[in-house]
Amino acid sequence: MSGHLPLNVLWLQSGGCGGCSMSLLCADTPDFQGHLRDAGIHLLWHPSLSLGSGDEVLALLQSVLDGQTRLDALCVEGSLLRGPNGTGRFHMLAGTGLPMIHWVRELAARARHVVAIGSCAAWGGITAGGDNPTDACGLQYDDDQPGGLLGADFRAAGGLPVINVAGCPTHPGWVVDTLMTLAAGELAPADLDPLGRPRFYADQLVHHGCTRNEYYEFKASAEKPSDLGCMMEHMGCKGTQVHADCNTRLWNGEGSCTRGGYACIACTEPGFQEPGHPFHETPKLAGIPIGLPTDMPKAWFVALASLSKSATPRRVKENATADHLVVKPAIRKTRLK
Amino acid sequence: MTTPSDAGREAGRLLVGPFNRVEGDLEVALEIAGDRVRSAQVNATMYRGFEQILQGKAPHDALVYVPRICGICSVSQSVAAARALADLGGLVMPPNGQHATNLILATENLADHLTHFYLFFMPDFARPVYADRPWHAEAVNRFAPDRGVQVRAATAARQRWLTLLGTLGGKWPHTQSVEPGGSTRPIDAAERVRLLARVREFRAFLERELLATPLEAFTALDSEAALWDWYAQAPMAGDLRFFLSLVPDLGLQALGPGPGRYLSYGAYAQPDGGFALARGLWRAASQALEVLNPRSITEDATHAWLADARTPLHPLSGLTRPEPDKPGAYTWNKAPRLAGEVVETGAIARQLASGHPLVRDAVARHGGTVFTRVLARVLELARVVPMMEDWLRALRPGEAFCVPAELPDEGHGVGLSEAARGALGHWLVVRQGRLANYQIVAPTSWNFSPRDAGGTPGALEQALVDAPVRPGEKTPVAVQHIVRSFDPCMVCTVH
Repeated sequence: MSGHLPLNVLWLQSGGCGGCSMSLLCADTPDFQGHLRDAGIHLLWHPSLSLGSGDEVLALLQSVLDGQTRLDALCVEGSLLRGPNGTGRFHMLAGTGLPMIHWVRELAARARHVVAIGSCAAWGGITAGGDNPTDACGLQYDDDQPGGLLGADFRAAGGLPVINVAGCPTHPGWVVDTLMTLAAGELAPADLDPLGRPRFYADQLVHHGCTRNEYYEFKASAEKPSDLGCMMEHMGCKGTQVHADCNTRLWNGEGSCTRGGYACIACTEPGFQEPGHPFHETPKLAGIPIGLPTDMPKAWFVALASLSKSATPRRVKENATADHLVVKPAIRKTRLK
Repeated sequence: MTTPSDAGREAGRLLVGPFNRVEGDLEVALEIAGDRVRSAQVNATMYRGFEQILQGKAPHDALVYVPRICGICSVSQSVAAARALADLGGLVMPPNGQHATNLILATENLADHLTHFYLFFMPDFARPVYADRPWHAEAVNRFAPDRGVQVRAATAARQRWLTLLGTLGGKWPHTQSVEPGGSTRPIDAAERVRLLARVREFRAFLERELLATPLEAFTALDSEAALWDWYAQAPMAGDLRFFLSLVPDLGLQALGPGPGRYLSYGAYAQPDGGFALARGLWRAASQALEVLNPRSITEDATHAWLADARTPLHPLSGLTRPEPDKPGAYTWNKAPRLAGEVVETGAIARQLASGHPLVRDAVARHGGTVFTRVLARVLELARVVPMMEDWLRALRPGEAFCVPAELPDEGHGVGLSEAARGALGHWLVVRQGRLANYQIVAPTSWNFSPRDAGGTPGALEQALVDAPVRPGEKTPVAVQHIVRSFDPCMVCTVH
């Protein structure tokens, strides 16, 4: 960025739930507003956090379009609703008589960076579920197909494609780190993965740091909700395949989906909203889960799984199907002598 | 084509939007006569089609989709779906599961009350339009959105508070731990101790910053006169008293009167039956709590851009199919009615139905207004924190938190619950193991309802009539106070 100008951020919400903004407010800081300001991030307008309403907002949008107000980062939360029949009328921006997709196209053309906040804005997300009644898509993707509202060739004025901070919701740290990196002028094309996600969180797997790892190692599996065992075999967990640092960065203090007792449903990945099977059940072929750990050949997995199942300690096996430790770990001397 | 600069004002008419701090997008069309609003039409401007998306899904999958209707009422949607699925399957949660579910729901509801007061509602008093008021400088100091000291303190308290859900539910929003049979996250004894400590932190924030009074002393206030006596003890101590000092100056006690009928589905189901905050319809005219008959709930799509069955439908046979060119329609929201009547829902309804004397007295004097809605929310913060402490103490570590959900392939279920903003209902029908219908009626669907076939305006549409409009205002500040006093959630409204 040039000189000491702050990163001017305009945040718009469309076909989503607002949950990424609510999550953002959970950022791990004792002074959220000061934290952003001190990082050089200036919110021109945010739907939940700004004073301006109605004509004040419309004047701001016009000022950006007229080039009077510099727009460094356009953050869009929620999918872009193209329907019905390409008109965008499933979301007309209040007070304007114009579809939100019109505003997003116009503003994106004037923004130095365009940031998709959450899986809806990145890929279409939950709103594109079922038969996608509103023709929802992401800013630059339609599920995993490049395109979306702005098109595969879109590059913001700063040279980057849309930055996809995917997740449902996004972790507040992913958003704040992305904005801080942009404010510092330090986000390069190589810092994005092939789907446009910042690598600082997308090069991790949800499996990394999962507290159920010992159960995973022995394929000691949970069979029902609230069981302590690994949720990959029966409960639909995709954490060994899904890109995100949820179990090392943690959510709301000490949480994550797997720590909360439920499966990773791949919410950072395009198309997660239509997995083709009930979310809480693992699809299998001949008794073997179809989705195997990333980078692991199937034959190895099958061999390792059958070996580890036969070697499962009683403690791990019994605890896996209980909701509290029924067998405690033995106490061992850990010194050599 | 309309341009932003001329969209706002026509002679005698104002098109107001976009509103912010209302969760989602909202547009209000006002007819102005002189310096007052003559009539209002409320437009929920966005449609996503969750009820269509859910068609044909495995019933349990609803627990993935419905929290994502709304990022601020996420758990509330989960709880309503879990209750509908439990109703479908005849499931009963073990006591630990019920307490954990209530704790999760209460954490969200109280976070939302805190967010509403500090981040959504109070900042409007820092507007330049009030620069001539003696309290304005202090309003800016406390509540300016970016720099207000109390806004920042409350944001920090909220962040800490929601760490309860990292432990109880893995994350927030879109917590997936809420099941029809209980909670997937057992709590052990050490975790319970830590959770109690975290609740005490929040209690301390409320007792120091919001009330400047112990919670129990505040909830013991039993009349509006007692409230004003309490206020007079220390008029600038705590943020609620600061709000109270604005009430008479701006006439907030009379601003934005609702329909006088208040709906609560009952909040925080208890293991022995019943609710911590009672269910019922409070009718102000007769000062009586009437038994709720959920069968008398209907939705009327006359003025929605949705297929219209020509008659109001009960949600179990409800219909959701977009008709964007429908004549006479002006919103995506249907018009819910209870036995044909417009009702208001929210913390005010819960406090009336559960019989708290302070809110009953204040509402008897003023009706449902900006003042009494905000008061009821603050009172609820003070009442529910001690309940949460009791529920935490009632947890029995080592005993079951969840029973597996065996769901039938045919049947229907009803899930009634209370979100921060009021009565939330889910109705589902299952055929051949798949969802054949799923209908959601959210709190703001009630409060921001459009007109029905008979032309009767919804609660906000009524509340806006006679709101003052200052000379030259394009986004009248009084209208903003009234709108935000309902703590609307537009993404829930239409879903």
